[in-house]
Amino acid sequence: MKEGVLFLLQRATALLLAPLVLAHLALVLYATQGGLSAAEILARTRGSLLWGGFYGLFVLAVAIHGAIGLRAILAEWTGLRGRTLEGITLAVALLLLVLGLRAVRAVVGAP
Amino acid sequence: MAEAAACGGRMLEVRIWRGRDDGAFVSYEVPARANQTVLDVVTWVQRHLEPTLAYRFACRVGVCGSCAMTVNGRPRWTCRTHVGRLAGDGPLAIEPLRNLPRIRDLVCDLEPFFTRWQRAGGRFVATSTRRDPLPRIAPDSEARRAVDAGIECINCAVCHAACDVVAWRPEYLGPAPLNRAWTLVNDIRHGAREETLDRVRGDAGCHACHSQMSCSEFCPVGIAPTAAIAGLKRASLRHLLGRRDE
Amino acid sequence: MRAAHRRHPGYLAFLAHRLSGLALALFLPFHFLFLATAIEGEAALEGALAWTANPLAKLAEWGLVTLLALHLALGLRVLAIEFLPWRGPLRLWVGLGGGAALATGLLFLAALGR
Repeated sequence: MKEGVLFLLQRATALLLAPLVLAHLALVLYATQGGLSAAEILARTRGSLLWGGFYGLFVLAVAIHGAIGLRAILAEWTGLRGRTLEGITLAVALLLLVLGLRAVRAVVGAP
Repeated sequence: MAEAAACGGRMLEVRIWRGRDDGAFVSYEVPARANQTVLDVVTWVQRHLEPTLAYRFACRVGVCGSCAMTVNGRPRWTCRTHVGRLAGDGPLAIEPLRNLPRIRDLVCDLEPFFTRWQRAGGRFVATSTRRDPLPRIAPDSEARRAVDAGIECINCAVCHAACDVVAWRPEYLGPAPLNRAWTLVNDIRHGAREETLDRVRGDAGCHACHSQMSCSEFCPVGIAPTAAIAGLKRASLRHLLGRRDE
Repeated sequence: MRAAHRRHPGYLAFLAHRLSGLALALFLPFHFLFLATAIEGEAALEGALAWTANPLAKLAEWGLVTLLALHLALGLRVLAIEFLPWRGPLRLWVGLGGGAALATGLLFLAALGR
């Protein structure tokens, strides 16, 4: 049951991340033309509901997708199982979520 | 030797695993022939050089799967592996199938493979008796085509040996058992479809597959367990999302 | 020679997908911490950006963009294998070919963007 749910979450976040990643890559490649400055980044993101929503969703999806992916690596390449494995997985997801949302707030909210 | 003279004296160096897990490769020299299979080579060694060499074979014509071994790192049927067509110039290296306990020399214990086969529930459950009319199954229906694609499996365990998830997850059912389950799930006569699906979508089941496709790459019968496992993944998702119909 | 059973496209695709994912997952916390310097204002983020104006950082950025493109492309291959109708070995080649093409294209663009 649990493996089914994790599989569903992994594939669903993958489908969601595909267009988000493409958009992010396009933005990165566009924005780094002729050098990147904080002013340029923040001019785009400060107070923007669009970018706040975009990156907020991105962070949520990545936190789930990355944690489940790391879980598979840990289970298969280090032999971890049970509560230790699930605990680390949850911790990774929370770490990515917290740091990610903090970064979104940093570039979208007022300094 | 008369044999060596007959083939122009060319010899082939062969390294064969002797012993169990703590054994080692032992080198033998075998007369090289224009057409010989790896099974021919092993047989020659046992008959002329090493009578105590343990190995398995039966039909020697590529229909039973008994002679499966690891040849130059790859799981293969040795009766269907021509020495002349093997890549590389180095000596031929022959050892037992991977991911199975070694009994002796080239023989491994297939019990873990068959235990997984049982655990995956590959047992057909009948729903009709001889008094009922024969069920009509269209051969070109999607379900029947799915069954046909996987029905030729003869349990040779080459896919089990090829799969790295089998190596990394001791509880993983493996390609052949999952492929078998998929053939049952698609058989409209099978009376325990839900039970079969339950057995293969648990923690040790289809979701552990990463589509490395080593099973499909090495299956000597041309089955693609990857496709069957993908089907099971989809069936599992449908069940999760509350849609139990096909 | 011992791992000869892994030398085929499917396994290489899996390995590249897993390793690129691992690298990205390890990189992300630093990426988030870096961006969060903007909490202290534009100058703080500008300072952090200036820190990346060296060739090694540029190389790492290019590497990360490539890894992301590769992970995406190979992930699409997995989704294709699992959810699209199976048409024999064609599935594998389409997935791999498409993946490689996408990754290469983005790689090239990334190089241009420098």
